[in-house]
Amino acid sequence: MIARFRLCPGPNRPLLAALASMAALLLLAAFSRPDGPPRPAQRLSEYGFFIGPLADLQPAEGVFPYTVNAPLFSDYAEKARFIALPKGARMGFRAEGPFDFPAGSVILKNFFYLNDVRKPEQGRRIVETRLLVREAGGWKALTYVWNADQTDALLEVAGTEVLIRWTDATGKHRTLQYHVPNLNQCKGCHAADGQLVPIGVCAEQLHRPDTPHGSLLERWSAEGRLKGINAAALAAITPLADYENPGLPLNARARAYLHANCAHCHHPRGPASTSGLFLDAAQTDPMRLGIYKPPVAAGRGSGNRKYSIAPGKPHESILLFRMEHNDPGIRMPELGRQMPHREGIELIRQWIRQLPP
Amino acid sequence: MSYVRNSALWCFFCWAASGVAQPDVEKQWQTRFILAEDGDTLELPAGRIELTNTLWLDGKRGVVLRGAGADRTVLSFRGQKQGAEGLKITNASDIVLEGFTLENSRGDLLKAQQVNGLTLRNLKAQWTGKPRKTNGSYALYPVQCQRVRIERCTAIGASDAGIYVGQSDSVWVTECVAYHNVAGIEIENTTNAWVWNNTARDNTGGILVFDLPDLPKKQGGRVLVWKNQVLHNNHKNFAPKGNIVAKVPPGTGIMVLATRHVEIAENTVLDNRTAPTAIVSYYLAQTPLQDKDYSPYAADVHVHDNTYSAGKRRPTWRHRLGFLLWLKFGRRPPNIVYDGITDPNTSHARICLRQNTNGSFANVKAAQGFKNITTDLAPYDCSLPPLPRPK
Repeated sequence: MIARFRLCPGPNRPLLAALASMAALLLLAAFSRPDGPPRPAQRLSEYGFFIGPLADLQPAEGVFPYTVNAPLFSDYAEKARFIALPKGARMGFRAEGPFDFPAGSVILKNFFYLNDVRKPEQGRRIVETRLLVREAGGWKALTYVWNADQTDALLEVAGTEVLIRWTDATGKHRTLQYHVPNLNQCKGCHAADGQLVPIGVCAEQLHRPDTPHGSLLERWSAEGRLKGINAAALAAITPLADYENPGLPLNARARAYLHANCAHCHHPRGPASTSGLFLDAAQTDPMRLGIYKPPVAAGRGSGNRKYSIAPGKPHESILLFRMEHNDPGIRMPELGRQMPHREGIELIRQWIRQLPP
Repeated sequence: MSYVRNSALWCFFCWAASGVAQPDVEKQWQTRFILAEDGDTLELPAGRIELTNTLWLDGKRGVVLRGAGADRTVLSFRGQKQGAEGLKITNASDIVLEGFTLENSRGDLLKAQQVNGLTLRNLKAQWTGKPRKTNGSYALYPVQCQRVRIERCTAIGASDAGIYVGQSDSVWVTECVAYHNVAGIEIENTTNAWVWNNTARDNTGGILVFDLPDLPKKQGGRVLVWKNQVLHNNHKNFAPKGNIVAKVPPGTGIMVLATRHVEIAENTVLDNRTAPTAIVSYYLAQTPLQDKDYSPYAADVHVHDNTYSAGKRRPTWRHRLGFLLWLKFGRRPPNIVYDGITDPNTSHARICLRQNTNGSFANVKAAQGFKNITTDLAPYDCSLPPLPRPK
């Protein structure tokens, strides 16, 4: 078809080419399966989640930001999170696990690095935007990698690496070969019973009773974004502690850290169910939590240590060994971390040290 | 048609793999794995490819990964930067992997989790060079799987177990060879397993049948260990401490730990210096036990018609049990060792030992401080109903 139009001489050629491409688009639209899910966009900008320059991340109508109480450590990347709901649709509250989302909802997470953490006004580099798309049959993960000009981001299926340079909070220059996950690796964390699921959009991560604007969940409810909450349901939530706040009790901070960084896999329904080590904040069985628990299939991940957690003895605890290590066969979490999280390690070290033997 | 196209594509990758553009080739492979449709056959061309990430297949049905043959198609993970496994298969059904080699990953070489219907055929999974404690844990590692067949595979150099099937059901391991691993073949918390016609040689322990506490799948059992060659498994134990196999003494042939309904029959068990066959409870591992739903005792174990070596040998001094056997028996230790720890709530553990060639025996009475050791076979002269045989 294109070849035929190429033969056409004269000034009409661009017009004809445009007509031809429109025809091709119409044909594509006509032959795409009406019942099948829409094909993912090649560019992030095609979704229209943001208005103005894309890198400003100004949400369009129907898109709203959120933050979590205890974030996952991802090589010091900062995150800008949004939820996009279909017009008129609401999330359904659940006391346990991720909220219910109507088909057509999208959860977005933008990963970025401030050029200088001490001076946010010096700008940032957005590396990737991950989407969790709710389709009728379940969730789908997609990731978009930003170009160097920060004008758009392209769909990436197989994962890639991006060299990142930034100055950290202590003024130290850092470089990192940032790893963008492939679509299977998304599921490496986002899995329950083998199905892809969201993680952070849940009651214990989102509930903040005493923000300056009142409770976040109540506000969402009032704004028509969330259904199914009432005073009793809110009162029953135990929010995760902000583990970076040294003013909070050590135990709450440590358990929140383990929940956010480990429990998506180390959960009876998660990929690490094989280990019998379950690190969710609601876990009350000391053995399940790793106290005096011998490893099962840790191999050299055990670091010649006997127990996941040896109370009072951080240097004899496998958990800490795997947090400190960078070898892919040893380090934990397995995915999404190449650098050790010094602050997190220090927190868990203090927590294990004060556990009674 | 698409098969031909796929093959042509892979041949292109193969050609590309011989050059320097490995990251691109790796990405192409991973893309193919992600976009594969149910029922696809993905050909892995002859040649060696260096990979830096886990190659991962998730959520597929009926996919075949076929190489040009072990040692002809080689997936090397020497420079691995991401992921704790070489090849990973998850949440899938009826997957076949055949005819390639996996090498030198940082963690496990092949891990398959939640796969219903998994066939591993003519695979070689190895850490090259001398066995080292820095080698990864498991060479071939199906866990939480059903209907597993492992046939004509070779596993070398694992710092834990060469072929390790954990928390699975309905398992075949046959015509495989495992050497220079800490454990050659290990069946753990797994039900209905047939391990037959394999060769486990020059490992620390040849074939292990274990049940461990604190796991989602609690009780293994109905494991048949039949017609295997279990030869000179006297390798130094190079497992990192903390792991249960780090407690296996060098010179272990076949070991049953805390498992019920195990039949060990018609094996050839030669030149394993410490415990050619050991039947022990979890207590022998001297690890504290808190799991209330777990039975730490070996029971209903039937050892018959096996052939053991005659002649002198010295048990290892590198392990408490070996040293003890040497103290009591010198250079004539028994071929079948039982720790004698039984469930106080049942009258009899039903350990049956019959018609073993050179089947000398000792109950080391571990619960009584290894005193009053008996070698009398008479209390164990019984038989148990045979487990079904593979056809």
